[in-house]
Amino acid sequence: MIEIRDLSKNFVLHNQGSAMIPVMEHANLHVGAGECVGLIGASGAGKSTLMRMVWGNYLAASGAILVGGLDVARAEPRQIIALRRRTLGYVSQFLRVVPRVPTLQVVAEPLLNLGLPAYQAQARAADLLARLNIPERLWSLSPTTFSGGEQQRVNIARGFAHPYPALLLDEPTASLDAATREVVLHLILEAKARGAAILGIFHDEAARAAVCDRLVDVRAFTPKVAA
Amino acid sequence: MGVMDMKLAPPDQAEAPLLSVRDLGKMYGERIGCADVSFDLYPGEVLGIVGESGSGKSTLLSCLAGHLQPDQGQVVFQTATGPRDTVTMAEAERRRMARTDWAFVHQNPRDGLRMGVSAGGNVGERLMAIGARHYGDIRAQAIDWLGRVEIRPDRIDDRPRAFSGGMQQRLQIARNLVTGPKLVFMDEPTGGLDVSVQARLLDLLRGLVREMGLSAIIVTHDLAVVRLLADRLMVMKDGHVVEQGLTDQVLDDPQHAYTQLLVSSVLQV
Amino acid sequence: MTDQAYNFAYLDEQTKGMIRRAILKGLAVPGYQVPFASREMPMPYGWGTGGVQVTAACLTPEDTLKVIDQGADDTTNAVSIRKFFQRTAGVAVTEATTEASIIQTRHRIPETTLSAGQILVYQVPIPEPLRFLEPRETETRKMHELEEYGLMQVKLYEDIARHGQIATAYAYPVRVEGRYVMDPSPIPKFDNPKLSGSAAIQLFGAGREQRIYALPPYSDVVSLDFDDHPFTASKAAHDCALCGASDSYLDEVITDDAGGRMFVCSDTDFCGGRRAGGHLGALGVAGAL
Repeated sequence: MIEIRDLSKNFVLHNQGSAMIPVMEHANLHVGAGECVGLIGASGAGKSTLMRMVWGNYLAASGAILVGGLDVARAEPRQIIALRRRTLGYVSQFLRVVPRVPTLQVVAEPLLNLGLPAYQAQARAADLLARLNIPERLWSLSPTTFSGGEQQRVNIARGFAHPYPALLLDEPTASLDAATREVVLHLILEAKARGAAILGIFHDEAARAAVCDRLVDVRAFTPKVAA
Repeated sequence: MGVMDMKLAPPDQAEAPLLSVRDLGKMYGERIGCADVSFDLYPGEVLGIVGESGSGKSTLLSCLAGHLQPDQGQVVFQTATGPRDTVTMAEAERRRMARTDWAFVHQNPRDGLRMGVSAGGNVGERLMAIGARHYGDIRAQAIDWLGRVEIRPDRIDDRPRAFSGGMQQRLQIARNLVTGPKLVFMDEPTGGLDVSVQARLLDLLRGLVREMGLSAIIVTHDLAVVRLLADRLMVMKDGHVVEQGLTDQVLDDPQHAYTQLLVSSVLQV
Repeated sequence: MTDQAYNFAYLDEQTKGMIRRAILKGLAVPGYQVPFASREMPMPYGWGTGGVQVTAACLTPEDTLKVIDQGADDTTNAVSIRKFFQRTAGVAVTEATTEASIIQTRHRIPETTLSAGQILVYQVPIPEPLRFLEPRETETRKMHELEEYGLMQVKLYEDIARHGQIATAYAYPVRVEGRYVMDPSPIPKFDNPKLSGSAAIQLFGAGREQRIYALPPYSDVVSLDFDDHPFTASKAAHDCALCGASDSYLDEVITDDAGGRMFVCSDTDFCGGRRAGGHLGALGVAGAL
């Protein structure tokens, strides 16, 4: 489902003397359907960079990133938009939403974008919010005013609203209480069971052990010669 | 697994572009307005155009919307009867299209509304322009549209002067969308509004884009606005497109020196 | 007798030729506003300088001229213009609608049906029907060119929204031959139906605005309206107090300081003719005004 071949990445800082900073090279990775692969490596080793490249958020310098048959490294923006809409989900550490939009709407939005009727999308959103222990009285409020943990749970609900065949999870269990953490792990296991390919970053070792089938150390992709 | 069974909209892979722009250019004497602009816009897509004042983004928008005659290039729009170059089209036809298939939301509501005409008359004008001649029907549609942009029906006979800036902007949107256009041009649609009013407008625009399957081209200098509204982004400098791509990619991993400067110049909130 | 210090009908022949060309163009494109080089006339703008120039360009020594202001032959404006042409053209004048070959009018169409060979000349203050909604002349000309008349309908919409009905009572916009939207000058909308299918030539002159437009005989002229608010040619719900006519346009005349009033025909020739024929209203006196 997710296939990374000989991927490399540089940052060129034009406004700092055009310094070129190679951050990744020869990255290879495969995540099959129903499989969960965890990325490990020290902070700054390139875990998030790799995730962002799969998401299409960072451009690749060379190599291929195949997600559901589409090479994200070469795809047109609209192909990536369609991929994100139907195939690839992403739970990031940051919640970016239009202020004032109610939480229920935020979570239902990926389904509305797929053309689902509002009542179905909202029913699914309500179900997820309830499972993640967001009190119903908060559903009509904008999540921008929520605590970090609450925002993280809204983000997870949004990421799991649509049964994406491929999922990227960036620290999904960070800053969660034990009970909610269990719920999230369940959601991940359910996604695996329905065949989703999952690529994730989990600092929490117990969580990693509970859901990951394999671990990949991104330090193997760190460029050998620094510029 | 229940969600798997729900009906989803059909995939939109094989569609033709709604708007195809090729080598568009406009000179102001010796000075470049915009040059060598090419892009495709697909149904349902929102394209943001950012750049500083004088970067050519407004000139480009005017050329695209037919308000300004470009010196060269094509702007091919997918009409009901097939693709047509709006640059070479007769003016009568282009203006008719501007009233039906297109919409234009101005930064200043005064440029997009008739300030001496009631809210209902403002919304109804496009309907009457395409031949609506039943007062009751026109009024019913106006009320429906005022509702969609969150203006109470009892304000239908008030003039825009009596409205707040945010309401005027929402009225302008209703006035433009009442004929069910396919493509909306927006020039700094949230400019001059309070931040909280901006958010409400952004939410409204996102909902309308989604529900009506609208394509939109939004010119703005506000990177936060394009991040929330635009699928794709074009960065302009000195009349040229220096970078384009997925909005979040351009903002988070800018490749061009100017884009890097632009992104790094934004104050973090 | 002609005052020999002036050319026939005051204007020089070149000017009359220029105006005639504008008139012919107007007749060829019914309802289209033809620009013309309006001349200074020995009367202020607003007194019918446009109509006077059109009349001057149409007059021949054999013509018989009638001039009315709001339907009456005896008001200041009508008398002045009539005297002006008596002095500068020496033409015959009349108050009888049927005897006139040219009728210059301010804000009315005579009640008596006009016949072939007659010319009705309207004095027009503001020829552009879209003016009050769109102040830019470049834009209104473009709207006429492209037949973009939604805005005219907006004006009527605003009327209904504000008053519950189309409250425009005069200068009521019309569409000519399915093409140009035209301001019929400030005639009451009661007169609008008479614009259509008339056997006479109808010419419109706006002096200050320098525009001439025209309706050739038997033009199709339709008053704009809505399907659910159709056009109605309304008038005061009375009979003429003098001649008893129930189908003519009426003026309201205040008769004392105690609220007394009466309604009388605005067309003095029509009213007098009826009374001469024996029709009498509530306050009428046979044969007298």
